Amino acid sequence: MKNIFKFFLSSIAALGILISSAQADSIRIGTEGAYPPWNAKDESGKLIGFEVELANWLCIYMKADCTLVEQDWDGMIPGLIMRKYDAIMAGMSITDERMKTINFSQGYADEVASLAVMKGSPLEGMDTPKAINLSTGGGNAKKALKTLTAALAGKTIGVQTATIHQNFLESGDVGSVKVRTYKTQDEVNLDLAAGRIDAALAAAVAFTDYAEKSGKPVVLVGPTFSGGAFGNGVGVGIRKDDTDLLKRFNNAINTARKNGKISELATKWFGFDASM
Amino acid sequence: MDLMIESLPRLLKATKLTIELTLLSLFFGIFVGIFFAILRTSKNKILFFISYYYSYILRGTPLLVQIFIIYFGLGQVEWIRESFLWIVLKEPYSCAIIAFTLNTGAYSSEIFRSAFETINKGIVEAAEGLGLNKVNTFFKIKLPIAIKQSLPAYGNEMILMLKGTSLASTVTLLDLTGVAKHIISTTFRPVEVFIVAGSIYLIMTFIIHNFIKFLEKKYKYN
Repeated sequence: MKNIFKFFLSSIAALGILISSAQADSIRIGTEGAYPPWNAKDESGKLIGFEVELANWLCIYMKADCTLVEQDWDGMIPGLIMRKYDAIMAGMSITDERMKTINFSQGYADEVASLAVMKGSPLEGMDTPKAINLSTGGGNAKKALKTLTAALAGKTIGVQTATIHQNFLESGDVGSVKVRTYKTQDEVNLDLAAGRIDAALAAAVAFTDYAEKSGKPVVLVGPTFSGGAFGNGVGVGIRKDDTDLLKRFNNAINTARKNGKISELATKWFGFDASM
Repeated sequence: MDLMIESLPRLLKATKLTIELTLLSLFFGIFVGIFFAILRTSKNKILFFISYYYSYILRGTPLLVQIFIIYFGLGQVEWIRESFLWIVLKEPYSCAIIAFTLNTGAYSSEIFRSAFETINKGIVEAAEGLGLNKVNTFFKIKLPIAIKQSLPAYGNEMILMLKGTSLASTVTLLDLTGVAKHIISTTFRPVEVFIVAGSIYLIMTFIIHNFIKFLEKKYKYN
């Protein structure tokens, strides 16, 4: 009897060691799979995109056994906190608001946001600079926001829910536009093409990618946006208490930046070097 | 706890839209339901089949799929966008009402149909014997009995419809669920917000439940 008991105890202990060692080297990464070219799915349902390939590279470098976990965008941060996965790589911009809840690695890529309309829209041909930075733009940015406020008054603008784009529109920087929120960027694109919304705001590549694939006459208007509510690039989201994992990701990203891997992947997926 | 109290006013404000969607859909749904229930008792084969397949398809597919087809699906068809239908279909509000009405109409038609079928033939014969014509027999005898018979099942359908309106948030409407998700998107704390939203749904269900109970008592045979 005593022996059996001992056997049980030791096997439980062995199991415990097995599990904990497996945990040490396995990282689950949450991604959306619906925000090309950052992360998307091919026709067979396989995850593809810039972040999917970058995650693979980082994991090999970290000697970690990674699994990608699909998660709807609006539950992305709650899912991380509830330990459904250990890191987020989902085109998530580093913002002060999110930093209150989670940590971010250093940014690995950055690209600008832009408004898009259908060809022939009265919003085409707005007189604004090509690009504004809300953090450093100063008077130039203020003037552009004024032009935008006047042009967008009373217009309905579609955005994906819980994004920097929604935050920007609701910040009052462009007056009180009517904001319509969608679960995915695909749905924003569909309603823009259907004419239910006057304009949409998202990463500029999200629109150019859609225009290219669907053949719909979607065009970018106004300035491209960065800084301020648009955050400081895209990084890996990690729980506040996971400081070790944060260090590992920062190390890996640093190496990938120095050896040109991020540039290479960014150029492949975005058509330009979006690395940072 | 703070978040629960903070989010309560916004959620209550959004409850107005949820109630509106529920009541309007149920209101239109009753007429759709009675209409198709009558078609089902028709001896005309075509009318019977229309009613049968309407109910079969609408009850056999998820409400989420129906609302997506009406909102995103029809929005892709160019001739619909160029026709007068687009005035109605352009708005997420009317798309939601149409989807909910068609859905609850299908379930209601089944409830009313079975209620009509349980009416004792003797009662109808007695009415005819007293010299009531067909229209009077229907409105004064058959319909009141059928409504009474269908109350428990219809109460259930009302509750299902109330909860079904949460899908309005998938077509950008800011109903109770929509606003709850909106608050979560900035606070990242789903549990607290959904507990408050869930409690509001529960209170509304409680009211419907007791309303039906009250009606059942009122129209009880003695």
